[in-house]
Amino acid sequence: MNPDFGEVWVYLSASPLTALTITLVAYLLGDWIYQKSGRMPVLNPVLIAVIVITIGLTVTGIDYWTYFEGAQFVHFLLGPATVALAIPVARLLKTMRSGYGALAISLIAGSATAAISAVFIAEILQASEQTVLSLAPKSVTTPIAMGIAERIGGLPSLTAVCVIMTGIIGAMLGPYVLNAARITSWDARGFAMGVAAHGIGTARAIQINKNAGAFASLAIGLNGLATATLIPILYAVWQWWSA
Amino acid sequence: MLIAITQLLFCQLVGEVIARAFDLAIPGPVIGMTLLLITLLYRQSIPHNLESTAEGILSHLSLLFVPAGVGVVAHLTILGNEWQAIVGSLVGSTIVTVLVTGWILQRLHGGANNES
Repeated sequence: MNPDFGEVWVYLSASPLTALTITLVAYLLGDWIYQKSGRMPVLNPVLIAVIVITIGLTVTGIDYWTYFEGAQFVHFLLGPATVALAIPVARLLKTMRSGYGALAISLIAGSATAAISAVFIAEILQASEQTVLSLAPKSVTTPIAMGIAERIGGLPSLTAVCVIMTGIIGAMLGPYVLNAARITSWDARGFAMGVAAHGIGTARAIQINKNAGAFASLAIGLNGLATATLIPILYAVWQWWSA
Repeated sequence: MLIAITQLLFCQLVGEVIARAFDLAIPGPVIGMTLLLITLLYRQSIPHNLESTAEGILSHLSLLFVPAGVGVVAHLTILGNEWQAIVGSLVGSTIVTVLVTGWILQRLHGGANNES
């Protein structure tokens, strides 16, 4: 073995190259397993990638922030990806002739339900205040949710984890819940997945039906806007109520 | 493709500047998305270039969540102490939200756009 292996290791564990490669390899592995399983919702590629990398970091003793410093190049793309959501939304709005009112009502109801039910259940189960505030924006896409958490005094990085878990839960359970409730319209199925489970739910909806995917993309963008406006208001009301 | 990426970054940059200048609660990328959406709706067509680049980025959207998801390692203590509340809240709230949103839209809008 190379006598300078220690030095090589120091370089590798600190270089963005390693973190980026690990992230892509873990994701490709997750996606491969997911495709091989016939797209079983339980084997969500993000979930597999997170588990693989988490085990890898724990075994090698590299701490999260060192990993994130490299992987932030992937994380950074969430910003332009959020902007890019304007394209499927524009395409859909151009072809849609009616139904704006229905969309607006279910959007506001869904956005409020997501925040209020998350806070309510966490309160009943006696979560700490910081955790409760971090949970409130969990249904919107990561960059938006982290921004909201920062505003109201939650922990943005904990929010990010809750957002991803929500996406995975939504992608896993969403289709079963929709079937059980006999919600059969593709518009409604896609929109519900996008509102409740943002990008990960949308990625799932896109695979199932093109129309559902378009409505889910629309939902992520709109729900980001709705929740970013709604939560600071709900938070102010809640502060006033509990004071 | 380079032009499209520049356009996306430019929208995000303008969004970030607006969010900070006016101290808004809405994050920069969302404002950027809104600006781009307004521009696209105002124009008659969506530039092909921008459309294919956006499709490329969005088709790998799940990958972009991985680094933040690994943040679970950094919060093992909080998750260890409060996992019942966190998991209960996330599962319960996600199910209720899917139901409420889907049910209301199906009730109000029915199968209006259901042909594909």
